[in-house]
Amino acid sequence: MCQYDIEMTHITKQYPLVLAVDDVSFRVRRGEVHALVGENGAGKTTLMKILYGMTSKNGGEIAIGGKPVNFKKPGDAIAAGIGMVHQHFQLTPVLTVAENVVVGEERQSWWNFNRKKAIDAVDEIIREYGFKIDAGRRVGDLSVGEQQRVEIIKALYRGAQILILDEPTAVLTPQEVDELFKVIDRMRSLGKTVVIITHKLKEAMAISDSASVMRDGKMVKAGVPIAQCSTDLLAKWMVGRDIELDSTRRAQQFGETVLEVKGLCCRDRHGPVLKDINLRIRAGEILGIAGVEGNGQTELIEALTGLRTPESGQVLLRGEPLTGGPLQFLQKGVGHVPEDRLARGLIKDLNIRENLILGYQWSDRFAGRFFLKMNDITAFSRKVIDEYRIKAPSEKALISALSGGNQQKVIIGRVFEENPQVIIVAQPTRGVDIGAMEYIHEVLLNLRDAGAAILLISADLDEVRRLSDTLAVLYEGEIVTETPADTLSEQEIGMYMLSGKMDGEEVLADGKTA
Amino acid sequence: MGKPLNRSKLAHSANTAIQSVGALLIALILGAVILLLTGANPLGAYGAILKGSVGSVSAFINTLVQTTPLMFTGLSYLFAAKAGLVNLGMEGQMLCGAMGAAVAGAWNLGLPKFIHLPLAILVGVLAGGLYGLIAGLLKAKFGANEYIVTLMLNYVATLLMSYLANGPLRPEGEINVATAPVLETAQFTKLVKNRGLTAALFIAVTLSVLVHFFLDRTKPGYEIRAVGRGRLASETAGINIARTTMLTMFISGGLAAMAGVSMVLGVNGRYIEGFSPGYGFNGIAVSSLASGNPLMVGVSALIFGALRAGAMVLNMTQRIRPEFADMIQALVVIFVAMPALFQVVKTRAKKPETEPAKAAEKKEAN
Repeated sequence: MCQYDIEMTHITKQYPLVLAVDDVSFRVRRGEVHALVGENGAGKTTLMKILYGMTSKNGGEIAIGGKPVNFKKPGDAIAAGIGMVHQHFQLTPVLTVAENVVVGEERQSWWNFNRKKAIDAVDEIIREYGFKIDAGRRVGDLSVGEQQRVEIIKALYRGAQILILDEPTAVLTPQEVDELFKVIDRMRSLGKTVVIITHKLKEAMAISDSASVMRDGKMVKAGVPIAQCSTDLLAKWMVGRDIELDSTRRAQQFGETVLEVKGLCCRDRHGPVLKDINLRIRAGEILGIAGVEGNGQTELIEALTGLRTPESGQVLLRGEPLTGGPLQFLQKGVGHVPEDRLARGLIKDLNIRENLILGYQWSDRFAGRFFLKMNDITAFSRKVIDEYRIKAPSEKALISALSGGNQQKVIIGRVFEENPQVIIVAQPTRGVDIGAMEYIHEVLLNLRDAGAAILLISADLDEVRRLSDTLAVLYEGEIVTETPADTLSEQEIGMYMLSGKMDGEEVLADGKTA
Repeated sequence: MGKPLNRSKLAHSANTAIQSVGALLIALILGAVILLLTGANPLGAYGAILKGSVGSVSAFINTLVQTTPLMFTGLSYLFAAKAGLVNLGMEGQMLCGAMGAAVAGAWNLGLPKFIHLPLAILVGVLAGGLYGLIAGLLKAKFGANEYIVTLMLNYVATLLMSYLANGPLRPEGEINVATAPVLETAQFTKLVKNRGLTAALFIAVTLSVLVHFFLDRTKPGYEIRAVGRGRLASETAGINIARTTMLTMFISGGLAAMAGVSMVLGVNGRYIEGFSPGYGFNGIAVSSLASGNPLMVGVSALIFGALRAGAMVLNMTQRIRPEFADMIQALVVIFVAMPALFQVVKTRAKKPETEPAKAAEKKEAN
């Protein structure tokens, strides 16, 4: 006999224009780790928010531990032993870990809040589950991974039997992911039920006991034991067709150096953000830069696209120094796929056609001295929409009406069609569905094969590893290692990302050990 | 995800039209309630307004006279808004334009009309444009907030023009606070004898088409819209934001100046202190009701022009102050600024839709 901790039957959620959850049934056994897999917008998070009482449902039944429930607000769900850790944390930076965990507790008896007792209880949880965290530290000083632990501790402290984690690994380094998985293992052995919402298939395979797959608001596969799954199968269910994500190809040969960065230094109000960066990118090469976000990536992108004037150092394009602002960089042939699609890459209230010339509005392909060449622009737009398989009714559709993947294709099409000598590509597939990701990767590789020099900056380590011919790690504003692809393991790259060095490297540098 | 794609543009313009008409209706209804509360007869009042604005040929001419300056200031506000700028200095820019046109128009150079009139217009437009440029320059170079700068520059312009009209530019023996009359060679052709309706109305209509075309089809127009909707993206695209800001404020100032020019070279024939009942600020209402579409500015200005022409009659027949028109105008701006209100009404109305229809809609969205 199996006992189900969560039983959701025939759940439906209708938003004004979209049926987000369409007659979905979802069951999770007590004490198992269950991966809820699907593309962005497949309805996973909505389904779980319904379970957590954050979102109302239009139809269906929910039972927790066999008892029918009807949560009106998250408080009801918490009282019934459900905890949820959202993608965006809800913590107070000025309070300590323990204070953040017990916050809300003081309301029950505000005249007599026993701080000591609360902190002891938090320490007890930290010990029991083996969290690596100090209850007395200020949350504002913690890394993203540590903040996530605080959220999990908070849920456990409130007596969660069922824990829902929404894309928990999206913001973590490989080491932090390992750390999280250890904690999840521990929870499983203590009989907790865990639901992980994810679209990272490798991780779903690594940690869960069974998986359910959603697509377009429907449950495609429910409760499949993980032994009967593979990443390929999961991807197929998720997208609805076969997907090739693991295959790749490296550059056959490199041409001459196209972009060279020499001794680049930048600083902001708080101090140096880029320290003596030296890079070169050759024709037909993808140089991938891995690193935890906030280690100088944004500044590097800005310095290489003319948005930021470096304090010292040079950027050379085929030996010629690149100076000036974004316009000069664009005109000399430095393409830019910005890391923040909707802030820097596109104008969401303008239509596709208008966005397809953004950055090239000066080009004589699109404009004369004064007038825009409307016919040429329209023809170009139709060609790009067609060639890059942008799903849109016409070139006059607003960018805000497109999905993330199609928005990104607008940028990619705009930049690649210009045949730039160098392309600075940042986070090309962030928030993009698997189908579009596969396509964008393919286009990048094709462009490289055609001889473009590409700098790829991505927080997605799998992406960097898959596409790069040369791989560098940026840590605290420095390039700490640069090697041909495939020479470092995922774990080794992770170590560089976290600490800027490999374990034992210092010892070797001392020359005391062979 | 998101909205269905295939009807975006049409639905969008239909939406904004519904919103504008709705705002106007709500404002009129609320105006009626306020009239009731003050003991007046709303039906009588609106009847009088209708009669005074479109009740006769003469009334309609009054409406068109009021419409002309409102079109210019409406275009002025709209133009700045396209670049994400808020020009609250239209009143001052208009006064500068009026004074510039008055001086150039009174200047006896023996020029023929086809040179003198354009020259007087040009001087007026340049005066207002340069006055607008001050705020653009301060914003572009020093990051000064254009709301405050434009608003404050109104006082400077009002007082400066008052000084000029009272002192140096006031002809000897003149009883009114006004400048010397504009020569015949610098006056707009009157469309109706002895009335204020002039060819300036045609200029206003032409300009609204030109503004539409400029924003939609030219490189600087594209850059202005890009900066207005996405500053960071425009910076990344190599658009010179400082230059765009200055250009926008110059053109916006020049458009506002045309309101003053049309009054001086058309209606009044000279600069008379206090000639404007607030045409500058009324431009905000005109632009709001036109919801950012230059081609709709004419319609919007006509509605407010009628309200203003009708309100003048109100005073005589219904003993309601003409400021009633200002109140309605303010209410329209407030309700146009509340798109969420109409969203609520729309979702309520949509509820009975059937499930399969929505499922189909969703398919389209993907």
